[in-house]
Parts: sequence; structure tokens; C-alpha cells
Amino acid sequence: MIEFLTNAGWNKDVATFVAIVLGVIAVSSFGLIWIIFSIWLERKIAGRIQDRVGPNRTGPYGLFQTFADIGKLLTKEDITPEGADKFVYNIAPLLSVVAVILIWAVIPFSSIWIGADINVGALYFTAVGSFGTLAILLAGWSSNNKYALLGAFRVTAQLISYEVPMVLSILVPVLLAGTMSMQGIVQAQHIWYIFAVPITAGIFFTSSLAEVGRSPFDLIEAESEIVAGFNIEYTGMKFGMFYAAEFIHAFTICVLTAVLFLGGWRGPGANLEGVVGGIIGFGFLFVKSAALYFLVMLIRNTVPRVRIDQMMAFNWKFLVPLSLVNVLVVALISRLFLPDYGAAQNMASTATGLGAFLISLIGPGALAELPRTIVSLIANVGLWWVVSELLHRYANLERRKVIDLVTEPPQFSPEQQPTSAPAGR
Amino acid sequence: MQVNEWIFIAIAILASWVFPAMPLVIARFLQPRRPNKIKQETYECGIETVGTAWVQFKVQYYLYALVFLVFDIEVVFLFPWAVAYNQLPLFAFVEMGIFIALLGVALAYAWRKGALEWG
Repeated sequence: MIEFLTNAGWNKDVATFVAIVLGVIAVSSFGLIWIIFSIWLERKIAGRIQDRVGPNRTGPYGLFQTFADIGKLLTKEDITPEGADKFVYNIAPLLSVVAVILIWAVIPFSSIWIGADINVGALYFTAVGSFGTLAILLAGWSSNNKYALLGAFRVTAQLISYEVPMVLSILVPVLLAGTMSMQGIVQAQHIWYIFAVPITAGIFFTSSLAEVGRSPFDLIEAESEIVAGFNIEYTGMKFGMFYAAEFIHAFTICVLTAVLFLGGWRGPGANLEGVVGGIIGFGFLFVKSAALYFLVMLIRNTVPRVRIDQMMAFNWKFLVPLSLVNVLVVALISRLFLPDYGAAQNMASTATGLGAFLISLIGPGALAELPRTIVSLIANVGLWWVVSELLHRYANLERRKVIDLVTEPPQFSPEQQPTSAPAGR
Repeated sequence: MQVNEWIFIAIAILASWVFPAMPLVIARFLQPRRPNKIKQETYECGIETVGTAWVQFKVQYYLYALVFLVFDIEVVFLFPWAVAYNQLPLFAFVEMGIFIALLGVALAYAWRKGALEWG
């Protein structure tokens, strides 16, 4: 861990304390520094997808655009609306950023680098991420503006609704790995969990997208709809805080998806000792999260925004039942096909010829998990088939209702005059 | 040396307030400060505000919060079960299946009663 770098000659407690503080600074700074680059990346990619160039004036290829934006936000006047609750009004943007930075404390960057390897990591990051929701509600409430309040309500309804399938889908890697610790989940992924439970990965990714407020669940930042929602009364750097928090959160969920489902820092060569293994592992995690972040940006720029009622219906009537059934299905299969690491070790040491070669390629851990992965993958495909059949039936039902409505025979024929109700009928 | 992991979290909670506060402090030195009454009025699309800001809100939000609460408590119970699952006998699955089925009935009830509609 980072703490063991400075235990030389100093008082032990002081050295540990300093190492921890440095670790906190390093872990938080990584996210913040990456943001500066990722905002530029996002604008360039959005531009390219929309068949234009994106910012290219400030600095080579527009790389200093983010600094220009930060400079603009820093020099704007800070207008506090009259009647606003000053303390809460100032705390809300800070809380929004703090909530996201605290998630980085439990992310395993490599086999030796992690901020705090607490044994309830999965529960911790769910709990801490919810502070962001609280921050939005505080912002809307303290702005003394009914539009901000209504916007904050809508956003909070969206965020708490999508928390349910998100936490239910976090349950699945926890169940497969048998531990809530993030490092434990990564180390238990001899085969990446996305191959075992792709539906769960999809549910987690989708509900996290809604948690962050990225497209297509864009209502949080839909400027065209409710005039910037809870952000109305925030100017300058305070608005910048909300903006930055959203971007950092978007990248954080990509990292979390990579850790929970794509094997985190695992990859060939990441098990080497010392700093080399650490850097390789960190590189793997970074590449996986960057690929996911590209997927997030791609979804953002191609899919239209959903309405609030469609969004709620999608969550409560589709995602929540699906994730409940998913947990049950995975639990059943995991019970029936428990990975037996002892037997796999035996097989690895007594195999000969081609078997030995194949086993040495994937390792005994992966061999132990292979039956569970394959059966669970088949079950997931089966579950998805059942779900899509149900959706087709439902869609046909709705379609028939609409067709009946449209082709209803008219009430009056053209030659018949609509008269007042004749007496006596 | 074995150090309690949560100390990192405690220090992180205290120290991470510094990161967003820094730009705000810098901005305090760089920004102009000319408050006048018109600028500080509450925004309402350019017209004068009508009524107080603390309006009545739809009861639908309350219903969503209730259903969320039910499922969140359920998930809190599911987490320790999931962690210990690999060491439990098959009956644990049946027990939890009954628990989730009960909550599924609650969801179905809310669905049929229209508690999940936005309108």
C-alpha cells in the first residue's frame, strides 16, 4: 500500500499518518486531474460524432479549453439570491464534489495500491454516492426558487429510483465473490464477471448512468426543459463544482463497472511483484475504464433523452423486477455450481500434455470457475430471451390498443347533421 | 504495520472538503463583487416572482420515496446473506427466495394500485 513508502527513520505513527494523508491526496487528485483531460475528450468526441471538429482554438487541438472554461468560471461574480439559506446554499456544491471524491478511497488501483481496503467496500461506495443526491436536494431547497425546488424534486426522484436496481445488481458480484471488499471482488475474478452475468453488468451500467444523470437520463442537465433545474441560482465556480462533480461521477462509475465486472486491474502481467506489477495493473484498470467512458460518451451522443414518466416506468416496471429475478437466478446457479478451488488445483497439478498446457494458460482459479460461468451465461441468455418475449407480448398488446383507437369508425357520417338531443329519447 | 483501514476514510472525509473549497477560495479573490438588488432577485423567467418559493409538491414523490425505502431496507438485509452465501446450505436460497417473493408481491401491489405512475 501507499502507506509503506515512508516508514524509514521517522516516528512510526507520524509516518503512517503522513503516508495516509499523501495517499488521500494522491487518490483524490487522480480523479480531479483526469477530469481536466476528460472534459476536453468529451467535447472532441461529441464534435466528431456530430460531424464537426470540436474545440481546436485554445492551445494545440484545443487542449487548453478546460483551463479557459475554469478561468471563465473563476472570474464570474458570485450572486447569492435574496432569501436563500446561506449556509446550505454554499455547502451543497461542496458536498456534491466531496461525495464523488470519497468513492475513490475504496477503488483498487492494483494489487498493492488501494486507498482503504475496508471489508464493506461495495456498501460503502453506495452509501457515499448517495450524498450527491442529498447535495442536489439541498441545492434546490436552499435556492429560494420554486423552479429550483421542482427541478430538485424531479432529480431526486430519478436518483433514488435508480438506486434500487443499482444496489441489487451490486449484490451479484458480492454474491459471486463472497466478499464485499472491492479488492476481494477483483481478486476473486479469475474469469471476469461480465462473462458470467452480462445482464447484471447491463443493469448496473444503465442504472449508474441514470444515477449520474448522463444521457439518455439527461433530465438533470436538460437546459431546454426546466431552465437548468436545481442549478438556476448558482453562478461561477459553484456551478462549476456541480459540473465537475457530474463529470467525475461519470468516470467513477466507469471505473466501478470495470472493477466489479471487468476484472479491475487483472490482466496478464498484473500479478508481478512490486511497483512494476502495480503500474501494469493500474494501466489495465485505466484502459478498461476509458473504454467504458467512451461507451458512455457514445450513448450520450446517439440516444435521445427519455421523458421523466418513461424513465420512472422503465425503472420500476422493468429494471427492478428484472434485477430481483436476476439475483435469484444467479444465486441458484452459484449454489449448484460452486467453484471448487481445491479440485481445480489438483487437476492443474496432475494434468498432462495438452490439458496441462491449456490449464497453464488460464490458471487453476479460472478452471474452477469455468462451469459456473458457462452455466450462468446460458441462464442469463435464457433469462434475456424470456424477458424479450414478455416485452414483445406487451408491445403487441399496446400496439393493438393503439390500432383499435386509430381505426375506430367515426361517430357521425357526413350527411347526418349533429342536432341537439331530441326530446324523449 | 497493521493500521485500521477506516482511518484512511476518516482522513479522506476531512481532507476532501479542501479540494472543492480551493477553487472557491481562489474565485473569491478573482471575482468582481458588485451586488445590487435587481441582480439578487430570485429568477422567474424575467418576471416578478409570484408567491413563496416553498410550493406544494406532488404526492407522487412521496410514494416513490416510500417504495424506494422498502427496497433499500430489503437490500440491506440481502447484503450479509450474499456475503455468507457460499458457505450456507441450499436452504438459504429458498429462504431468501421467499423473502424476495414477499417483496415482489409488495411491488406488484404498488404497481396495480398505480403508486408507480408518474401522472
